[in-house]
Amino acid sequence: MSEQLGASIHKQLSEIEVTLEANRCLYCYDAPCMNACPTHIDVASFIQKISTGNVKGSAKTIMDANAMGASCARVCPTEELCEGACVYNEAGDSPIRIGDLQRYALDYVAERDIQLFEPGPDSGKRVAIIGGGPAGLSAARDLRRFGHAVTIFEAKDQLGGLNTYGIVPFRLSVETALWEAEQVVKLGLDVRTGVRVGFDVTLEGLVRDYDAVILACGMGSVPKLGIEGENLEGAWDALDFIERTKLGLPVPDLGERVAIIGAGNTAIDALTCARRLSIARGKEARVVCYYRRGEEQMTAYQFEYDFAKEEGIEFRFFCAPTRVVGQNLHVNAVEFIRTRLETQGDREIVTPIPGSEFTEQVDTLIRAIGQSRLIETFERLGIAHDFGVVKVDDALQTSRPGVWAAGDCIFEKGMREAMVVEVAQQGKLVAASIDSHLRSGVAVEA
Amino acid sequence: MANLESNLAGIKSPNPFWLASAPPTNSGYQVMRAFEAGWGGAVWKTLGTPIVNVTSRFAALDYKQNKMIAMNNIELITDRPLDVNLKEIAECKKAFPDRTIIASLMEICEQKAWHELVRRVQEVDIDGFELNFGCPHGMSERGMGSAVGQHPDLIKQVAEWTKEVARVPVIVKLTPNITDIRFGARAASEGGADAVSLINTINSLIGVDLDTWNPVPHVDGKSSHGGYCGPAVKPIALNMVNECARDPEVRIPISGIGGIETWKDAVEFLLLGSSNVQVCTAAMHHGFRIVEDMIDGLNNYLDERGLASVQDLVGKSANRITTWENLNLNYKIVARIDQDKCIHCNKCYVACEDAAHQCIDRIINNGSSTVIVDEQECVGCNLCQMVCPVEECIEMIEIDTGLPPESWKQRSLRLESVPSAH
Repeated sequence: MSEQLGASIHKQLSEIEVTLEANRCLYCYDAPCMNACPTHIDVASFIQKISTGNVKGSAKTIMDANAMGASCARVCPTEELCEGACVYNEAGDSPIRIGDLQRYALDYVAERDIQLFEPGPDSGKRVAIIGGGPAGLSAARDLRRFGHAVTIFEAKDQLGGLNTYGIVPFRLSVETALWEAEQVVKLGLDVRTGVRVGFDVTLEGLVRDYDAVILACGMGSVPKLGIEGENLEGAWDALDFIERTKLGLPVPDLGERVAIIGAGNTAIDALTCARRLSIARGKEARVVCYYRRGEEQMTAYQFEYDFAKEEGIEFRFFCAPTRVVGQNLHVNAVEFIRTRLETQGDREIVTPIPGSEFTEQVDTLIRAIGQSRLIETFERLGIAHDFGVVKVDDALQTSRPGVWAAGDCIFEKGMREAMVVEVAQQGKLVAASIDSHLRSGVAVEA
Repeated sequence: MANLESNLAGIKSPNPFWLASAPPTNSGYQVMRAFEAGWGGAVWKTLGTPIVNVTSRFAALDYKQNKMIAMNNIELITDRPLDVNLKEIAECKKAFPDRTIIASLMEICEQKAWHELVRRVQEVDIDGFELNFGCPHGMSERGMGSAVGQHPDLIKQVAEWTKEVARVPVIVKLTPNITDIRFGARAASEGGADAVSLINTINSLIGVDLDTWNPVPHVDGKSSHGGYCGPAVKPIALNMVNECARDPEVRIPISGIGGIETWKDAVEFLLLGSSNVQVCTAAMHHGFRIVEDMIDGLNNYLDERGLASVQDLVGKSANRITTWENLNLNYKIVARIDQDKCIHCNKCYVACEDAAHQCIDRIINNGSSTVIVDEQECVGCNLCQMVCPVEECIEMIEIDTGLPPESWKQRSLRLESVPSAH
């Protein structure tokens, strides 16, 4: 199981640390931390509630703004969000440990099995959500609170999406991801797992049978590198690798040398996961990250990069794989070429340097170069998109009447990956948009 | 090195820090430890007919993470025989002849009883008496402590009886559980007492346990009001000390008591009119060792201000306190926010907006906010400065109104002298 990957990277605050930290919070008005949170959690209030011993109220303040509050307390880059905005930074002091306090409040209600929310009075309306990840769950939670019936169609066996399957367990455990999903399910959801829209049910059918449909299907698998030999045994999609490891499914011996291609947050997860797994197996494989750009261009958060280095990961910048060399149908080596960045107009293009080829002995190759866009899916469903990013209007409605969208499938912000907290906010917004649409419909009928 | 010697009605001590009559001065063992730590004097836990105590006895008021910003107690006077206490007083005095030992006394209101107690106690070498007319719990139900202190005629009477036989100075300890402290102080002065000490503890009830609904502290599920003390009572004590210091009918010196924890607190008491100070809660919270910084800090303060003696501080701010009608109506200060120091917590803004005079403007530009004081509207109340977490970020600046000083009293007289229009 995932325990073999070692302890959580999050340290639990002691009661005295909680008291000191909660009381240290200045309880700012219109607080910058709140404004820095994509879901606008009223941080000052939830911390004030901890300080008065009203921990249940604190948890409710958090989860009211963000149905994925427990995940966010573990995976958010708080340095770049709430904690980065804490006024103590300006005072030259360390910011309030907002993420730690948020985890404390939510652990409190989880340990005591306290239910924070109730469904709203039945509206008679029905909403179908395609995808049970953070965006879908966030939307489902609010729709239930508004009183609409919700059915979630999830292709996997469990809810939670990348929270359950795609983030290393020592950052976000399966238990936490499922607890959070369970809080939504408890509001009365029709959950259909193992169901793929377009195969098992049709979008036409959903549009016909439901008052609204939300597309929150995320993205696809990690694309292939497009080089010779990458289908050999020992070559992995980073998300498959993390998922199998996290769920405790069989993972073959990683060998002595693990190479990971890419330097985003999923790459860091795959790197640290591989390193910890090999250590647990008594191997201590050399785990190396290869990235075709430089340290400055890495998309992983600084704290993730620092964490990877602390875990003993090596980094090689400005090199791209050109061929995977096999032996007995298994990865044995990878050929690389050195690269440099060339400025062309306002863009920087990765350019191979001729004659700079080199070969590395590699037993396991993991590709983590982002996720593919579900272009074929959207084509099949007849949803307008831009290179796989679903087009939505301000109300998050797609080109297809009755179909809204949220989450990774609409996220387009340059090179960056969407944060859980951002897709949770989209879930909230799409629920509000649909609620307003359905209620105005009710008003017209009346 | 300044001279820290204090003098209260002729009672001299190497420094102005005495331990008040309370649990820390219960026994010779404790007083010896206190003197080793450096305390200038100790007022022995009140002598009288030994009592029986209850458990529990103390409870604290915490504020957020700060423990014991105040406490209350329902402990009574000494529970040990008089001869044992007197033997230990003598031993302490012998071991530390330069330190002050004051015997706190409590008796029923009978001349003979007081004469007997005073005579017996002064058989040992003590530096003075302190008459406990302040204890607000338990003993007051038996006609002693604050039951005496709430009747100026009884204060005067007992002070007179004591002075009839006492060979050392007599201090009267006053209760704050009255409407005007000066009546008790005047009575003590009239009765011939050599000094007053104040304040004793304030009637209080610390709280209720939210789980059991028992009072805190409780004795088998019940409680009675206790005596409140510690840092939170300091402002009440400062005011009462100053009221006595300024009263022309209180012609005797003052020993200040109430929430003193640091040398800074002591300086304030001295400036407002007390000749020395007594400490209890701080020693109960931190131990006798705190006196080291009290002495050291006071000495450095005096040196930095070029003062030769601690006695140079006594009463120096006393007459800066007056009645409201004498305050200058034409004095104006306004708040000014140092934008470089501001950390944008907006606490000043919400405080002024919700609780003061709505004179801080908040300008939001490109996601960043700036708070600016409207100096025309600002009434100079200080609230914004008080809530600001950053040192010296908000300053109160004096504005020249161009008007001569004028108090309400003066203005009223001026307006009265203006001939009526009809």
